[in-house]
Amino acid sequence: MTVVIETRGLTKRYRGGQLAVDRLDLAVPAGSVFGFLGPNGSGKTTTIRMLMGLIEPTAGTAAVLGRTMPRAARAVLPQVGALIEGPALYGYLNGRDNLLRYDSADPTADPRTRRARVAEALERVGLTAAGGKKAKAYSLGMKQRLGLAAALLQPRRLLVLDEPTNGLDPQGMREIRALVRELAGEGTTVFLSSHLLDEIEQVCTHAAVMARGRLLTQGTVAELAAGTRGRLAVTTPDPADAARVLKELGVTDVTVAGDRVSGELAVSGEGEPADPAELNAGLVRAGVRVRAFGVERASLEDAFVALTGEGFDVAG
Amino acid sequence: MSRAEVLEPGGGGGDPADGRRGAGAGAGAGAGTRPVSPLWTFGLFRSELTTTFRRWRTLALLGVLAAVPVLIGIAIKIETSDGGSVGGGGPEGGGGPAFLTQITNNGLFLVFAALAATLPVFLPMAVGVIAGDAVAGEANGGTLRYLLVAPAGRTRLLLAKYAATLVFCLAATLAVAVSALIVGALLFPLGDVTTISGTTISFGDGLVRAVLIALVVAASLIGLAALGLFVSTLTNSGIAAMATTVGLVITVQILDTIPQLHGIHPYLFPHYWLSFADLLREPFYWDDVLRNLGLQGVYAAVFGSAAWARFTAKDISA
Repeated sequence: MTVVIETRGLTKRYRGGQLAVDRLDLAVPAGSVFGFLGPNGSGKTTTIRMLMGLIEPTAGTAAVLGRTMPRAARAVLPQVGALIEGPALYGYLNGRDNLLRYDSADPTADPRTRRARVAEALERVGLTAAGGKKAKAYSLGMKQRLGLAAALLQPRRLLVLDEPTNGLDPQGMREIRALVRELAGEGTTVFLSSHLLDEIEQVCTHAAVMARGRLLTQGTVAELAAGTRGRLAVTTPDPADAARVLKELGVTDVTVAGDRVSGELAVSGEGEPADPAELNAGLVRAGVRVRAFGVERASLEDAFVALTGEGFDVAG
Repeated sequence: MSRAEVLEPGGGGGDPADGRRGAGAGAGAGAGTRPVSPLWTFGLFRSELTTTFRRWRTLALLGVLAAVPVLIGIAIKIETSDGGSVGGGGPEGGGGPAFLTQITNNGLFLVFAALAATLPVFLPMAVGVIAGDAVAGEANGGTLRYLLVAPAGRTRLLLAKYAATLVFCLAATLAVAVSALIVGALLFPLGDVTTISGTTISFGDGLVRAVLIALVVAASLIGLAALGLFVSTLTNSGIAAMATTVGLVITVQILDTIPQLHGIHPYLFPHYWLSFADLLREPFYWDDVLRNLGLQGVYAAVFGSAAWARFTAKDISA
């Protein structure tokens, strides 16, 4: 497996002594759409800035496209498109001129094809019509699109997108997701940070979860979601009886809320969870009336909450 | 400094790194390799120039500078329209800027008078705004991080910024000089020029000297441009950097007028600014002009290096 981003013991301690990133070992496989998750303040952006050579690590190493950052920045970065902490534009320039400026900052960008590539990038994010408008008149969603266009000025081997759908309407989010899939289909590795778990689950093949500067887990999205067992949920007019019967049948962590009883499907002995069909039959045998019965699919959100032990609270 | 050195070979990489970078990209990139022309690296400087000079603020600064000679010219025209002389007939034309008295005889002197009037305050303030905002303004707007991941290269970006600031110094000086020449020609007679030494040179020679003086005035701002750029690398607030730079100009100007501090005067960057008048002597008196240019060179070297050391080692967190 080729690795596009690899960090070893990557650590950043800010001057105030605050440990923002703590011994991070991240491996992003080539060709993956890699979701980078974590509550606000968990060190995601600091990590991305170190990967892009904007911040010098306190300890450890970061390699992007096989070369050490920030030393190899001039060789690596032309092949990387990035959207970091939202778009930043020159308000007094129009959209097209903003892209021309960013493109001329890249010493490997051919000035002869500059205008054509800018037009293509604008087209790709649906901004062709607004390209002549001053950027200060753009809505947040349009700025976000222009930021994406800047990341797409050249064919890239890696795209680093920090919260790419921020500020977009649902239609815009769909378009960005489609764009990410399209780029991944062309072989570009996409490193995507987001607080929208849904989004990660829909687009990403791999994911990593960070909290308080540390990496909690990384792997394929399927593996991560499988890490948490599904919960059994029963809707019944006889919740007390149902809870008793389920406990007898080995379901753990049974909770009753109104007419709804839920619990963990116990792992009986050597790894095999109880069969929901058996549980249902048991309930019926005991004369418990059942309105609805099912196993709630374990989502990435469950995995996330299980891992971080919290919702999206800001880490202190 | 040690961090700067760690960063520099690739992270900043000046022009000498160009060849290596091209080779490195070839080795590491595989399919992503693109041929790189060394000329393309100037694209950033061109972009820096167009970005600076298309900005409304820059044009407003140049406009204000160009308006100064217009005001001086009209004021003198009105004051002398009754046939009196400038400054109520005082022997040296009162305490106003140099050359005011000669303007009524020769419009070309408006160029020298306007440069002498703007060099102590207006020109350095305009340069302070542009230089102070150069890096800090980009950091403030967040555009700095995108330029650096483009990747502009820290040394290359700093050089482009400094070069663009120097072009602004020249443009600002020319705005004053050209405006003064036009106003002087419209309001006053033109003709042979009487030098400070009392000799007379032809109008053509006078014009050549005006160009030379404009270049020396522009070069007088080189040190300040480097100082402003250094201040600009210290903060993420464009306003703070501009205010600090302009504040420094004013402070140093005040220090330069305190006689008790005459020991440090030769080391203050504005100390020899008005020496450009020596180029109106016959023959030229170069000593102070050269001292001025040397001092500007020292300031550019010291604060340019400081700006480089700071900027190449800085964590970009804005």
